[in-house]
Parts: sequence; structure tokens; C-alpha cells
Amino acid sequence: MAETLYLITLFPLLGFLINGLVGRWLSEKQSGFIASLAVLGSFLVSAQLLLAFLALPAEERLLTQTLFSWIHVGDLNIQVGYRFDPLSAVMTLVVSGVGLLIHIYSIGYMRGDPGVRRYFSFLNLFTFMMLNLVLADNLVLMFLGWEGVGLCSYLLIGFWFEDEAKARAGMKAFIINRIGDAGFIVAMILLYHQFGTLSISEIAQAAPGAQIGRGFFTAATLLMFLGAMGKSAQIPLHVWLPDAMAGPTPVSALIHAATMVTAGVYLIARNSVLFSLAPATMSTVAAIGIITAFFAATIAITQNDIKKVLAYSTISQLGYMFTAVGVGAFSAGMFHLMTHAFFKGLLFLGVGSVIHGLKGEQDLGKMGGLKERLPTTHWTMLVGVLAIAGIPGLSGFFSKEEILWAAFSRDFSWIWLMGVITAGLTAFYMFRLLFRAFYGKAAWEGAHQPHESPSVMTIPLVLLAFLSILGGYVGIPEALGGINQFHHFLEPVLAVYPGVGATAQYPSQGLELLLMGVSTVVVLGGVYYAYRVYVQQPTLADDLAQRLGFLHRLSFNKYFVDEAYHLLIVRPFQALAEGLWKWFDIKVVDGAVNGSGHAITMISGAIRRVQSGLIQHYASIILLGVIFILIYLYIG
Amino acid sequence: MVVPLYHILAFSGLLFTIGVVGVLFRRNAIIVFMSVEIMLNAVNLAFVAFSRYHGNVNGQVFVFFIMTLAAAEVAVGLAIIISLYRNLRTSDISEIRLMKY
Repeated sequence: MAETLYLITLFPLLGFLINGLVGRWLSEKQSGFIASLAVLGSFLVSAQLLLAFLALPAEERLLTQTLFSWIHVGDLNIQVGYRFDPLSAVMTLVVSGVGLLIHIYSIGYMRGDPGVRRYFSFLNLFTFMMLNLVLADNLVLMFLGWEGVGLCSYLLIGFWFEDEAKARAGMKAFIINRIGDAGFIVAMILLYHQFGTLSISEIAQAAPGAQIGRGFFTAATLLMFLGAMGKSAQIPLHVWLPDAMAGPTPVSALIHAATMVTAGVYLIARNSVLFSLAPATMSTVAAIGIITAFFAATIAITQNDIKKVLAYSTISQLGYMFTAVGVGAFSAGMFHLMTHAFFKGLLFLGVGSVIHGLKGEQDLGKMGGLKERLPTTHWTMLVGVLAIAGIPGLSGFFSKEEILWAAFSRDFSWIWLMGVITAGLTAFYMFRLLFRAFYGKAAWEGAHQPHESPSVMTIPLVLLAFLSILGGYVGIPEALGGINQFHHFLEPVLAVYPGVGATAQYPSQGLELLLMGVSTVVVLGGVYYAYRVYVQQPTLADDLAQRLGFLHRLSFNKYFVDEAYHLLIVRPFQALAEGLWKWFDIKVVDGAVNGSGHAITMISGAIRRVQSGLIQHYASIILLGVIFILIYLYIG
Repeated sequence: MVVPLYHILAFSGLLFTIGVVGVLFRRNAIIVFMSVEIMLNAVNLAFVAFSRYHGNVNGQVFVFFIMTLAAAEVAVGLAIIISLYRNLRTSDISEIRLMKY
């Protein structure tokens, strides 16, 4: 069974090579077809492995395959090996499944673009790298995937690189990710220094019994978390994700919503043993997670660019996932990761369909009344919005409630409170988006003729809508009469984190139901408020903006974080660079180079006079030489 | 009466020094050339003296070689000087600076 493991990554690699090398001889349709087929292959293989898993008892659910030895230097032996266990199974299924739908959707979305073959080869390369990341058995291979997806993210954000702003957005994403990756590398070095291995499973085995101080684990995990913050756009490294919306919308759906940005959460879940040995890191993760969730949500409520709203929403939802893993509920984080991949993938594709219908228009203020023109998009988007808002019965409800309950039951009631407020905000801004795009007065009349997208785009939407509804039913909490299969499926590979204090209590199911009720009421309040402001009294929005002047400006300008970075980091750096250029480079470096040239000219100008052309001069010098040699011999 | 080796060597050194000074300081190419010959003969003299002193004929054999060489050298050297004079109308080597930088 394990022998087929390599096929999961092989198919997208082949797809990438075909489209990348011989793409120019393929028609647009063939190119998209090959790319989708490659991901379908990965999906089928991993689905087959998962089905085989479900038939096995929990403790036997592990497949490993070592392909070859990659780096072998001294004691260091890095092997390219894959590890398929419940955790990577979930990720593989999400990546290849959602990825497949987005590949198919892209066939329609990218039709007519001159770079479509390049697009599909990048998309396949991304899938290959992402699958390497999730299947990797050791940290170095994981890092390869980690950097690979970062590269593909850069390539695809700047896909339309003729537009300088888009090319710059790609660079911004790449550079900010570097900050986090530096932490990841240092963490790897620390771990190797301590354990003499970089295999994830070997470290997880050695760590709990090792005689090592708490400080080491705190340092290593904090550095690793820095990497996760960069990749998963957590405050304060979140600024690249909104700019990443410059890429084609299916890319935003696949890379910047469903898969790559969740790699940070996966990293923590994968190394849950290490993280649970570092309570200080865990608390930091939880705190940064919930702060990110809250602040990103407050930004999302005022944005007018439809993709920016979703970008901040993604940051906010990633914050929830980090909160979950931070309080020790690793499976809840993974659960939300999965449902988020479904509904956020759906929302991005839906928004892509809207943008497609409006010939590239992204401003919410120029939409409205699209409900009749784009019926399928509207209905599927409605499902996605309900799911992300956490309306009972849809996937988002189950995963979000599990996180909130995990926080509350582990004595983090302030996190619970912020989580509930964020849920209300989420409901508000998502319904705001829905109402402003699909209801009310049409602002596009005269400029556009909106049309429904072709079925190659709407079918993935419908499938994702079903997943957004049904995806939550694998993890129905016990309080609602379920058995939470998802949690029990992942349980064997995740660490048990006892919590900061030993007093962590697990209150009754009645309380859990009560808290669910509270957050549902808050969510419905958010929905109602959005309805009031954007449907009943459309003028109310401007009134509110006026009355809340300062707060509105703060949110609308994203807390001026970009400006602050610009002022505090970018500008001084540019000034420093310019100083170094004008002073150090021109005066010192160029001076040294030109100076050595001048010096040589001067010295040779003096020395060449020796060559007078007079034989007698030469003869005198020979004589002097002879005399010196004689003196030397005589003295010596 | 046997002339001691020391005297002959001193004479040879004197001749060689005269030759060196002539080569270094005279301007006329022909005199420079003659000075070179003096140096050669100073060396010849030393060879002969050592040959006698050690009772070894090798030194005298060398002298014959050097004289042969000197004859050939004179033939080539004088030809060069004449050719220079024809081209430059001078035999003053301070004015012949074709190899100057």
C-alpha cells in the first residue's frame, strides 16, 4: 500500500514538467486538462489510501516510504521520505481535493489569457510543493516544500507582472515570508544541534524524555512559530496577504485561502509534541491568534475591494486556527483548517465569478443587484457566507464552536469572549459583502453586462458549496449528540496538551450548549445588523462612518500598519541604502577601485623611466646586481 | 723568476675594471665594443694564470674558446655598428635609444 505514496507528488510534478517544458505546443484546453488530470491523480491516490486507513484500527494508520537519500554529510542524513498518517491524510485530501476543483475552475477563469500554460505549470508546481510540505517526514524536506510554495506564491501573485504594482505585491509577499523563514531555519538548527536528527517523528519521540530545559523548547518553538506567522499571515507579519490579492482569483482561492497560508497551522500540529512542551509558546500562539482574528475582522468590515474583504477574513480565520492550536486543541485547529478550505475556497471562487462577470471590477461600490444576473454564483456564495458566519448546521459552525469551546474549557475565557465578538464581526462583514454585491441597486448599469460564468466554473462552486455544508458533519461535538469522528481520527498523531495550569477543567455539556447559543445569537445579531445597514437603510452606512469618524478611518486604513512599516522600516532602509550607495559605494568602493587604477598608473609612470633605451643604463644595473650578489655570497 | 698568481689576478682585475668603466661610461659604440674586448681578455688572463697555477690545461682550452667566440662577436658587432651608423649617422650610443619606453 505504501508503495503508491510517491505517486501523490509525482503526478503534479509531471503536470508541471509537461506544461512547463512543452506547454507551448499544447492548446489552452489541453494545458488545463493535463494540469487538472495531474491533481486528480493525486486526489485519487490519496483518497484510496484514506479509505484503506479507515478500515484499519487507529494505531496501524501509518504509511511511510523512503525514496532516496538526499543529503548525506557526516552524521547528517536527510532522506526524501513521505509519511502518511491521519494528519497528513487530512491535509493531502484538502490540498488535492480543493486544488482539483480550483484547477478545473481555472480552465474557465483563465480562458484567453496568453500566459495560461505558464499559469497551469505554476499551479501544478505549487501542488507538488504543497504535497511535499504535508507529506514530508523530516523538517528539511518540509522546508523545501515550505519554500517551494512560497516561490509559487510569489510567481502567481506577480503572474501579471507587466503591472508593476502586481509584481511589487509578489515581492512583498516573498520578502515578508523570508523574515518568518529565517526563524524556521534557526529552529531547525537548534533542533538538530540538540537531537542530532531532523526527522519529525524521531524528534517527537526523543523530546518528551530528554533532559533539556524548558527554555530550549520555548526558543525552538517560538522560532518555528515565527515561520508559521510569516506563512500564515499573522499579526504583525500579515501585511503581505491583502496585497497578494493582485494574483488571479483562483490563485487567491488555492494558495492564499485554502492551502498554503494554512501551512503554519499544519506545522504546529505536525510538531504538536514539541509545542506542548513549551507552554510559553503555546500561550503566545493563542494570544497572537485571537488578536489577529479580532483585528483582521475589524479591518474587513470597512474594505471596499471585494477581494480585500476576503483577504482580511482569511487572516482572521487563520487567527482562529492558531488560537485553537495555541490552547492545545490541535484537532480543532485542523478541523477549522479543513472547513475553512471548503468555504473560503468557495467564497474566493464565487468572488472570482463575480469579477469575471464584471470584466475585472473589484469595487463593491460598483456592484449590487447581481442576484438575478449570476444566480448560481449567488446561491453558492450564500452558502459560503452562511458557513463562514457560523450559522448552525453548516461546516463553519461546528469547527468554530469547537475552537471557542476549547478555549473556554481550558480557562481562556477572554479568548472565548474575543472569539465570540469576532464571530459577530465575521457575520457582519460577510453579509455586508453579500448584500452589497448581490442585492440592492445595481451600480454597474451602462458600464457592464454581467453574465453568469460557464459551467466549468460553476460546477466547482456547487461542489464546494456541498462540501461547505457537509464538511462539518465529520466532527459533530458530543454535546450535540455526535461522536466527533474527526477528533478521534487525528487523536493518535497529536500531542495531548494539559494546559498552562493543571487545573484545566472540562465543564459540563450543558454549559457547552449554552455557549453555543450565546455565540449563535451574537452571529445572528451581526447578520441582522448587516441587513439593517446595507439592505433596509443603505444611507445608514455613511452615517455610521461619519459618526465613528476616527474608528472608521482606523479600520479603513488597516490601522496604518503598512504606513507604519513604511515609515519605520522601509524608509530608513531606503535612506540607508541610498546613503550606502551615494557615500559608501561611490566614494569608498568606487574610490578604491579607481584609486588602485590611478596608483598603478602613477607607479608605472615612475618605474618605466628605468627603461631608458640606453644600453649603458642596463649594463650598470646588471653590474649593480652582480655586485649585490657578490656581497651577498661573501657575507653569507 | 715566477710572477706570483696574486699579481696576475690584480692585473686581470684592473683590466676588467677598465673594461667595465669603458662599457658603462664611453659614448662611442666602437670604444664600448673595445672595452668589452678588454673585459674578455682580462678574463682570459685570469684563466691562463689559474691554469698555470693549478697545472691544469682546462683553463687554456677555455681561453681558445673565448678567443674564437670573441672573433665571431667582433664580426657581428662591427656589422651592427656599421649598419646603425648608416641608418642614424651617428655612433654615439646615448643617441641610439630605439628601445626607449
